[in-house]
Amino acid sequence: MSAQAETSGGKTPLTRLQTWWSNPWGKPRFLVLFTWLYVLWSLVPVAIAVVFGFNAGRSRSTWQGFSLRWYYQDPDLSVLHDPSLRDALLQSLKLAGLTMLIATPLGVALAIGLARWSGWGSRPANFLMLFPLVTPEIVMGVSLFLVFVYLFGFVQLGTQAQLLGHVTFTISYVVIIVRGRLFAVGREYEEAAMDLGASQWQAIRMVLLPMLTPAIWASLMIAFAISIDDFVITAFLMGDQSSATIPVKLYSAARAAPSPALNALASILLFASMLAITIAILVMRRYRKKEGAQGSAVEDFARLDL
Amino acid sequence: MSKRAEEKGVVGERRWLWPSFALPGVVWLIVLFVTPLYAILAMAMGVSDPIFGDTLPVWNPLRWDPSTFIEVLGDLFTGQLGVVFLRTLVYVAAATALSLLIGYPVAYYVARHAGRYRVLLLLLIIAPFWINYLMRMLAWVNLLTTEGYVNQILMFVGALDAPREWLVGKHETVILGLVYGYVPFLILPLFAALDRIDQRVIEAARDLGASPAQAFLRVTLPLSSQGVLAGCVIIMLPMFGDYYTATLLSGSPKTNMIAKLIEQNINASAGGSTGAALTVVLMVFVALLMTYYLYSVARATREARS
Repeated sequence: MSAQAETSGGKTPLTRLQTWWSNPWGKPRFLVLFTWLYVLWSLVPVAIAVVFGFNAGRSRSTWQGFSLRWYYQDPDLSVLHDPSLRDALLQSLKLAGLTMLIATPLGVALAIGLARWSGWGSRPANFLMLFPLVTPEIVMGVSLFLVFVYLFGFVQLGTQAQLLGHVTFTISYVVIIVRGRLFAVGREYEEAAMDLGASQWQAIRMVLLPMLTPAIWASLMIAFAISIDDFVITAFLMGDQSSATIPVKLYSAARAAPSPALNALASILLFASMLAITIAILVMRRYRKKEGAQGSAVEDFARLDL
Repeated sequence: MSKRAEEKGVVGERRWLWPSFALPGVVWLIVLFVTPLYAILAMAMGVSDPIFGDTLPVWNPLRWDPSTFIEVLGDLFTGQLGVVFLRTLVYVAAATALSLLIGYPVAYYVARHAGRYRVLLLLLIIAPFWINYLMRMLAWVNLLTTEGYVNQILMFVGALDAPREWLVGKHETVILGLVYGYVPFLILPLFAALDRIDQRVIEAARDLGASPAQAFLRVTLPLSSQGVLAGCVIIMLPMFGDYYTATLLSGSPKTNMIAKLIEQNINASAGGSTGAALTVVLMVFVALLMTYYLYSVARATREARS
């Protein structure tokens, strides 16, 4: 039987795998396998955690059937009914929403200013903008905490301080995204508009801003996603438990009081940021198509180097 | 108004236009990023209140008191702090090396050989960016509990006789957690660097008689060295400021990293000054990494502009 399989050109799965593996002309086999194993390793643990948010029982390692108990059915322990979990969800959404609305206009204006302004002061301003990107988060957390406690006493720890902190580290990301688009668009369209009689303001309002729309949308979504994901700065600027966000809850309860409701809460966070990112990619893709650009929106996204 | 005067007026208006776009963002960053950084110094050099015993920041550099700072430095070279600092260095070095070993083949495959799976793979590789870090750690906490899947599988294949306590003070768990957490951030800059390499250069090397291994070692690897450096710096910066990975995956003082001491000290009423001094030490230590990264980003910006 086995001899027959060998003579007929390797029909068993094992020999087929052997020929596939030893084919010297194909793509590098080792790399194919390695890459897909990496992707599995990086995503399967998270997928398992999401699945256990739907577990019918209390265990996070034994599957006891599907239920939405931990999302809303359980009258005491579900995300919807446990006040500490629900408040964390609301606080996360509130902070991310407000951060997005404040950081985007500030960042867009800063990006336009930095891209067009070439006098003295523009270089230091550029470095200043890049600095928050390379500063370890704990340094920003400590520094903002100290400044709100000892210098700007009128800002209370809690939502106010957290919002100011979130906007501070989000601005730079917005600038990076918008700047890429500004370089791609160039100044020609604005100059053409002004040659045709538009004032500077009209050129900005009617030519530049419409051309920046995809980048502005992407900025809104990414500011939202970055803010809702933040843990360190949020934790440092927390006043009391009422300003805890989802990541803070995950940190404090992951070891102390684990229940599938925590997995459910984390999954909601995951869905929210995935939704924001999907919208950002789709918007960029639509505009790319309209302008007939090459490549794919995902590749652009990968090159952003956030 | 004569034509000349009018032109002069327009030029004058234009000169202030772009800086005024940048102004709100720049002011925001000066007030909420630069000032807080100074607050760390003021606190590290602060004096303790003779009545209450807590430390207050000193804003005037002429009246700085370096005693806490000297104490911290002494502890760093001879005391317990030195042990924690050394441990942080070993963890970061090990995690960065492992991340590079895992990340390079993946980035190489996706940039060069992925073909029709390229966009899909990129999407899967970007995905962990937008999954909350703490959720990804929570996923491993679920898997690594005594009755979790990792122990189940290892016992099933016979690698373990009894369940292992992965989550209590194990160095290998913390390092693997760091690798799992940060490797996606290394892959993207590597991908961008490898993707930029002109295919024809490698073909030329092959045509001139280089073996595939030689072509890789003498052409591809040197050309991607900038991406390797940028990627390593990108993951080392947050790793030095990481305190949550070790807390979640081990929770033992035996695996504390330097940032954990900062977090513990800054919230303690009497330790604010020590915490701030530790932050300064951390900042000085990562300053080299930050400068390199800032420099490389500024260079990339100049290239994008021209």
